[in-house]
Amino acid sequence: MLCFLPKKIEMRFDYSSEILEKIGIPERAFDLKRNQYSSTQILRNILEFTPENALKIIGLISVDLYIPVLTFVFGQAQLNGKAAVVSIHRLRQEYYGLPPNNRILLKRLGKEVIHELGHTFGMVHCWDTRCVMHFSNSIREIDVKEDKFCESCSKILLSKL
Amino acid sequence: MKEKPRILVVDDELIIRQSLSDWLAESGYEVEAVEDGFKAIGEVKKKKWDLLLVDLKMQGMDGIDVMREAKRISKELPVVIITGYPTVDSAVQAMKEGAYDYIVKPFNPEEIDLVIRNIIAHQNLVKENIYLRQELKRRYQFKDIIGKSRKMQEVLVLVKTVAKSNSTVLIQGESGTGKELIARAIHSTSPRSKCPFVAVSCAALPETLLESELFGHEKGAFTNAISLRKGKFELADKGTLFLDEVGDMSQNTQADLLRVLEEREFRRIGGSELIKVDVRVISATNKELEKLVKEEKFREDLYYRLNVVCIQVPPLRERREDIPLLVEHFLTKYSIENKKGIEFIDEDALRLLMRYNWPGNVRELENVIERAVVVAKKDFIGPDELPPSVKGKPKEVLKSSVADHNLSLQEIEKRHISQVLEATNWNIKEAANILKIDRTTLYNKIKKYKLTKPA
Ligand SMILES: [Zn+2]
Ligand SMILES: [Zn+2]
Repeated sequence: MLCFLPKKIEMRFDYSSEILEKIGIPERAFDLKRNQYSSTQILRNILEFTPENALKIIGLISVDLYIPVLTFVFGQAQLNGKAAVVSIHRLRQEYYGLPPNNRILLKRLGKEVIHELGHTFGMVHCWDTRCVMHFSNSIREIDVKEDKFCESCSKILLSKL
Repeated sequence: MKEKPRILVVDDELIIRQSLSDWLAESGYEVEAVEDGFKAIGEVKKKKWDLLLVDLKMQGMDGIDVMREAKRISKELPVVIITGYPTVDSAVQAMKEGAYDYIVKPFNPEEIDLVIRNIIAHQNLVKENIYLRQELKRRYQFKDIIGKSRKMQEVLVLVKTVAKSNSTVLIQGESGTGKELIARAIHSTSPRSKCPFVAVSCAALPETLLESELFGHEKGAFTNAISLRKGKFELADKGTLFLDEVGDMSQNTQADLLRVLEEREFRRIGGSELIKVDVRVISATNKELEKLVKEEKFREDLYYRLNVVCIQVPPLRERREDIPLLVEHFLTKYSIENKKGIEFIDEDALRLLMRYNWPGNVRELENVIERAVVVAKKDFIGPDELPPSVKGKPKEVLKSSVADHNLSLQEIEKRHISQVLEATNWNIKEAANILKIDRTTLYNKIKKYKLTKPA
């Protein structure tokens, strides 16, 4: 089901990409009070499993993620760093009380993966609501944006690759 | 490319500082985070920020203290208070005190994103405004003469006009109003600007010395004349000669000066050679020359020679609206000169400066600011840095009124009210406050004693 992702990543970043083995979620990442997982902890965990030859790595996870200051995050990345993570928890239609829809879920996932990987290449948020680097604070905004970089972000990205 | 908006995060929890900084950095903001109010204030003093995100509950200075202090330093700086659910009430209180907004931890991403976006958009507008203000400042500044008041603007128009001509100019104004600056401005915008500007104070020297100062002397002309010396008229050839305090000149010197102005030539003291010069004369006085002419202390013919164009420089108390501009100018000047980072003057201090009467005019103001910059221990000027003469007016007034033991109670009341009004620049509200009477009573007493506001 996720095999479309490597192609999409290659298309946007011009690096080859592959899917690695599943890894477990460390217990320490879970916050009992919030009933959520710390995305920062998970990033650390992902880094431990990063192959040496990998330029970047992105984890996909099904649990709800948070950072201490925010009620939730769709994902997190190390700005200019190596690792990123995206949660599908709030990308599912079910989360919003709607019937499941895989097509919509994968579309959203593709955007968020490109977005977080963009951060690892040093890209920051863009004011263009159609640009993949636009900050989406809600599922609605994810749906509004496209899975590609706007013109000015494309130029910036080229200089960072 | 646009400059990145700058955000300062103040929170005593490391994890909050880190996660907020990282998250804000993803949006391309320039973020710094500090753990307490004192460090925060240090940062606010050091750098320009577009937004302060301050945790409400902190040891030492709490969020509201930080906000108050930060706003004292930078009035327009937007502050957003970070709070947990239990302290929402205090956050609402912070809003009343001028916080832009408050956000409850953990933040809803939609909410904080919106708050920050609004502030940054607003800040961009404010920045344009600041730029406009700087533009205005440039416009109100002509060389070193600063003033946006109508009176000063009129003076500056006159300066620009006479600069183009070659006419003799008389500048009249109280001491300390900056008459020499006006003279320099005329010179530097005139066709003579590449040639010397030579200034002589006619009051500082006794008659014979002034003459030798103006016209020079040959070797051996008098006891101390051990060598030939050129006078100011010669030195100012092709340029401008500025004669300050021209009203203090003796009758003899007046006669000599008149001759030079008429014939454009003179002899050095003790010399026989006629020296021809091309000098524009600008003179200045703090005396009323016309009155001196009537009293026959000043030659009428010389008066008309000097007074081809007359520029009246208003005293500072008649152009109080220029005080903030002047203060800013001197603050920058002396802050640089003394290698101090004084950034601003607080409102209370400025209010005192605005209502003081400035008998010594701009020069007195300049001295007051220089002194304040030297003694200041903080990076701003507050009332503490101002001399007692500027601060303590109303109290002194009270003392002087009662000092005379031959006055009736009514007379004392009249004098006291009049002096308080003067000290407050006829600010009725302030005067009534000092006198501890209501405004209606004050108005009645003004009427009763026939007190009038000076023009
Ligand atoms: Zn992002
Ligand atoms: Zn973009």
